[in-house]
Amino acid sequence: MHLVVCAKQIPDPETPPSAFKIDTVANAVVPVPGISPVLSPFDAQAAEAALRIKEKVGESKVTVISLGKESAQAAIKQVLAMGADEGVLLNDDAFEGGDSYTTAHALAAAIKKLGDVDAVICGRQAADWDMGQVGLGIAEELGWPGAIVAKDVQAADGALLVQRVLLDGFETVRMPLPAVITVSNELGDPRYPKLQQIMQAAKKTVTTWTAADLGLDAASVGKAGSRLRLERLAQPEAGGAVQIIEGDTPEAQAQALAQALRDARII
Amino acid sequence: MAQDVLVIGELAGGSLAATTKELLGLATRLAEGGMVGVTLAGTGAQVASAEAFEHGATRAFASDDAAYDVFRSDQWVAAAEAALDLAAPAVVLIAQTMVGRDLGPRLAFRHGTAAAMDCLRVEQTADGLRVTRPAYGGNALATYSFATSPAVVTVRAKSQEALNLRAGATGEVVALPSASPSRTEVVSRDAAASDGLQLQDAPIVVCGGRGLGDPEGFRLVEALADALGRDRAAVGSSRAACDLGWYPPSKQVGLTGKVVTPDLYIAIGVSGASQHMAGCSGAKNIVAINRDREANIFKAARFGIVGDYKVMLPALIEAIKALAK
Ligand SMILES: Cc1cc2nc3c(=O)[nH]c(=O)nc-3n(C[C@H](O)[C@H](O)[C@H](O)COP(=O)(O)OP(=O)(O)OC[C@H]3O[C@@H](n4cnc5c(N)ncnc54)[C@H](O)[C@@H]3O)c2cc1C
Ligand SMILES: Nc1ncnc2c1ncn2[C@@H]1O[C@H](COP(=O)(O)O)[C@@H](O)[C@H]1O
Repeated sequence: MHLVVCAKQIPDPETPPSAFKIDTVANAVVPVPGISPVLSPFDAQAAEAALRIKEKVGESKVTVISLGKESAQAAIKQVLAMGADEGVLLNDDAFEGGDSYTTAHALAAAIKKLGDVDAVICGRQAADWDMGQVGLGIAEELGWPGAIVAKDVQAADGALLVQRVLLDGFETVRMPLPAVITVSNELGDPRYPKLQQIMQAAKKTVTTWTAADLGLDAASVGKAGSRLRLERLAQPEAGGAVQIIEGDTPEAQAQALAQALRDARII
Repeated sequence: MAQDVLVIGELAGGSLAATTKELLGLATRLAEGGMVGVTLAGTGAQVASAEAFEHGATRAFASDDAAYDVFRSDQWVAAAEAALDLAAPAVVLIAQTMVGRDLGPRLAFRHGTAAAMDCLRVEQTADGLRVTRPAYGGNALATYSFATSPAVVTVRAKSQEALNLRAGATGEVVALPSASPSRTEVVSRDAAASDGLQLQDAPIVVCGGRGLGDPEGFRLVEALADALGRDRAAVGSSRAACDLGWYPPSKQVGLTGKVVTPDLYIAIGVSGASQHMAGCSGAKNIVAINRDREANIFKAARFGIVGDYKVMLPALIEAIKALAK
């Protein structure tokens, strides 16, 4: 099987809220000195899902694709170190400032160019904009079926068996190949590359494709092709001050808290 | 200016889902006299149409085909597409449920555009439609406009007000086609055991985090919920605790779990990461019990206790029981 993992590099989502700042003129997040961008966590899980399939099925290839700046090579290398075989970076000034639509459009064009892809595995959402639509966007562009928020993906006779997380429970769906899956954290922790794998990854091929390589008109990608226009990016207002309940003993503290809640008619 | 708005409706136990009522309220405000359409698919759709008219719909696109009772993406997209063809709306509203997460992007991409997902505010301004949604795990609020039509918007539950019931209001019912074949087949479904009170509906949510240290800690958290009354208090969990297998994933509160808006949210051994707060910052009152005074949760809390939950919870349970007497 040929499996494609879509992986995005993003600002570290574990950045402490106190360090998170927005440039409200540029409508952009200010990079925090000393905190490097990371592979979006659900995309590491997407890679894990692809590698588990490869291990079971054998004779499979995993290609990781990222659309981003040159620095996104690091995200690609991380997935290669986990065990993916080849990497593709979609890098072009024309791609900058895009939205979910232009991203899915370019990723789908790259998947078409690869030609022989059986399944595309994405994260349930990129942990920067938290949109959660590029996976299904690719499915729609390619005309393939899709299943979102998977906790388990198994290959079975030319089909995929996908266990999905629902609001209250799970469902298993069977879908014909080729198909698109998006993966959630319930899949489990992604594998941690060994030093030797990291060194091997450095030698694996990463191909770079531009918009022209994909046959895409510069006006259809990046900011020029965006359908959603970001008008404003702001930080939510902070809440009021907390009242810390003190007391000589835990019992006194607990009674004071219970009383405060009663006085405020909360309980 | 009047515009036509289409709501992708959902049914719950054969009647109109609460989120659909909220969306009809929003749609009526946005339509300013234009059509307020609603799609209703599955057993009970005809009956729910009457309910939808009382909640603001002027036209219902309905099919009673039971094949729609289970959400299958292909079938639902086809049904929504049929309604879109008939209604040609300027705005499509879908709840950010499992249905919305799936249909929103699909419908948008079919029309060569992107959806705005999980919006909290949807407003018609002099410059056109503006939607605001959380981003960066809740650290930011992003406002968007749309370059293409229709604008496809998924909307967070409980972020919009339903209308006051318009008893006896009627509208036009248009038949939707029966379900088309689906490429994906649902093999099995296991519903998580439902213990009556739903997390999203509970007026009190008591939430445990990784700071509990072990799954046993949840017994104390549950005991606190018992003391508050299990008809009012539900137990939730942070993702870290769910990922560790301490509590079921269906109880996860947060960006990728459930969004709760209770009167009282008690966070115990929860640090208050932005992605967690994304699921509980709508609570009217947050109480935090945490060993670390610097924990982010105290920034959002109204009351806090700095201390070890193992000591504090038994005392708090006793204090609450004493109040009840
Ligand atoms: C894209 C993305 C989506 C996410 N979605 C979610 C989500 O939906 N929901 C969610 O919850 N998280 C989510 N997370 C994870 C989130 O970033 C945090 O990692 C997680 O919320 C931390 O859980 P926690 O507060 O239980 O654990 P920790 O951050 O480890 O905090 C434990 C706290 O317990 C306190 N503590 C320790 N011992 C005691 C004691 N004995 N008594 C009292 N206090 C004690 C500590 O001081 C600490 O503050 C997401 C992350 C990403 C990147
Ligand atoms: N720039 C990108 N490069 C590669 N994959 C991406 C990119 N943006 C989004 N994706 C994939 O699509 C998923 C959902 O992203 P989003 O719809 O932006 O939340 C991510 O988890 C990735 O798998």
